[in-house]
Amino acid sequence: MNAIIDVDRLSKQYVNGPKALDDVSLQIDEGEIVALLGPNGAGKTTLISIICGLVVPSGGTVRVGGHDIRTDWRAARKLIGLVPQEITLEPFETVLNSVRFTRGLYGAPPDDAYLEQVLRSLALWDKKDAATRELSGGMKRRVLIAKALSHQPKILFLDEPTAGVDVALRREMWQVVEQLRRDGVTIILTTHYLEEAEEMADRIGVINHGKLLLMQPKDELMGEFGKKHLTVELQEPLDALPASLAERGLTLSDDRRRLGYDYDTRSERTGIARLLADLAGLGLQVRDVSTKQSSLEEVFMSLVAEPDDEGPDRDDAARPALKEATA
Amino acid sequence: MINTGAIRAIYGHEMSRFFRTVWQSIASPVLSTVLYFVVFGAAIGGRIQSVEGIPYGAFIVPGLMMLTVLQQSVSNASFGIYFPKFSGTIYEYLVAPAGWIEVSVGFVGAAASKAILISMLILLTSFFFVGAQIAHPVWMLAFLFLTSFAFSLLGFIIGLWAKNFEQLQIVPMMVITPLVFLGGAFYSASMLPPVWETVAKLNPVLYLISGFRWSFFDMADVPVGLSLFAVGLMILVCMGIIRWIFLTGWRLRD
Repeated sequence: MNAIIDVDRLSKQYVNGPKALDDVSLQIDEGEIVALLGPNGAGKTTLISIICGLVVPSGGTVRVGGHDIRTDWRAARKLIGLVPQEITLEPFETVLNSVRFTRGLYGAPPDDAYLEQVLRSLALWDKKDAATRELSGGMKRRVLIAKALSHQPKILFLDEPTAGVDVALRREMWQVVEQLRRDGVTIILTTHYLEEAEEMADRIGVINHGKLLLMQPKDELMGEFGKKHLTVELQEPLDALPASLAERGLTLSDDRRRLGYDYDTRSERTGIARLLADLAGLGLQVRDVSTKQSSLEEVFMSLVAEPDDEGPDRDDAARPALKEATA
Repeated sequence: MINTGAIRAIYGHEMSRFFRTVWQSIASPVLSTVLYFVVFGAAIGGRIQSVEGIPYGAFIVPGLMMLTVLQQSVSNASFGIYFPKFSGTIYEYLVAPAGWIEVSVGFVGAAASKAILISMLILLTSFFFVGAQIAHPVWMLAFLFLTSFAFSLLGFIIGLWAKNFEQLQIVPMMVITPLVFLGGAFYSASMLPPVWETVAKLNPVLYLISGFRWSFFDMADVPVGLSLFAVGLMILVCMGIIRWIFLTGWRLRD
């Protein structure tokens, strides 16, 4: 895979403001979907705004498709489409004219057949002659996507594409992104919704205080953190953990009443059925069974938590990944 | 390489906005100019003797056209670029492969076109009231084009600078209109006492109106070459400022 976006030691210091980006480096491969997670003000929008040309960086370099965004900005920008966070449309313009205009801005020759295809794929063709002010919020957001796709970009930036939209529309957006993935478009999205990142992204990056804390393949991340912990509460305390259970990785609590078992939720065989059969075979009576999953949300929270926020029982499992990402 | 497609897109977009509201875009300036003709040309003009051999009604035609061109150029261009800033759609121009030349030529070209169109309508209207002659029609068009382009560039800068609608309107209202009125729209600078004639010649708009009037009546307050130099200088200075704004991102990019 070739890196279509190469960000090297990027920083941004706003005048009389905070350091919005601090020495961020990352590479994004062609055809990837990358989700950037982070709380408000973390630096996500600043990062994509710099790559798109809306914000001037204070330091570092960005190459898009091999083109430097400062010295070869025309070639770089031709490859990019941006869907901004805010719904910003000229209210009196029709949908089709609005999309045609954006295509023209990129110097692409008129191609109404392609624009029809884009509008149909976004279920907007019926509204092509409607003024944008007449559309619902969801439709307006889709018009922004249509505009961003109007010049057939290789890279699409979606800045909080589902912020403030209802669940049904969010699902609709995910389907649109899935379609774009099939078309080979590289997508970088920022989001607050961890579920969204889990659903769509190939890789997940976590940004906070302008620093990229983590950038890992989603599957790897979920594999690392997506484990479940099974707790079996026994009727009677055990004197000691039976050897057959110890061999299978079970642990015994200090009060000797609870057995602990970690398993991977994505495995074909979790081993739970066999474990319960073994317990019955050993004559152990089960009082209760419970499971707990370390979700992406826990990973995220542990990464972005302020030092003061860290409670005594915070899961430190994310730390190795953090060290890896910042090493 | 210049992105000519972007220029066409911006120009077409701006002109379509003009034609969407064509009647209100045209009716207002034409009506107010008709009133000028009625008041200054017919009512008062009848009592004023000719100015340097030209009937007063005809004498004010170039000044009225210039007044319209300047006001329309500045307001069209300033509103044209301010509206995307206000609505947030400015991001589209900033992320597109279009630099200061494409964006300014698109907006300024459209603003100048609208101003020229309206001023030509005023010229046609004037034929109903006064029999204006045009001694140098090609130079008349050249002055019209250059002046509308120069003041559209100024309007574009005002639109980039303005942070609110009040700022957007204050320069045309407080600066442009007084300069036009004091720049000889309704009189010849030679009619002023010597001291005030010298003061009037510090007004850059006087050079534009003078050159434009020369193209109509072959008479001018200042040499025609100086008028051309003034408008050329204004274009260069404005383009330099716009280039600086886009390169530094002042009031455009964070």
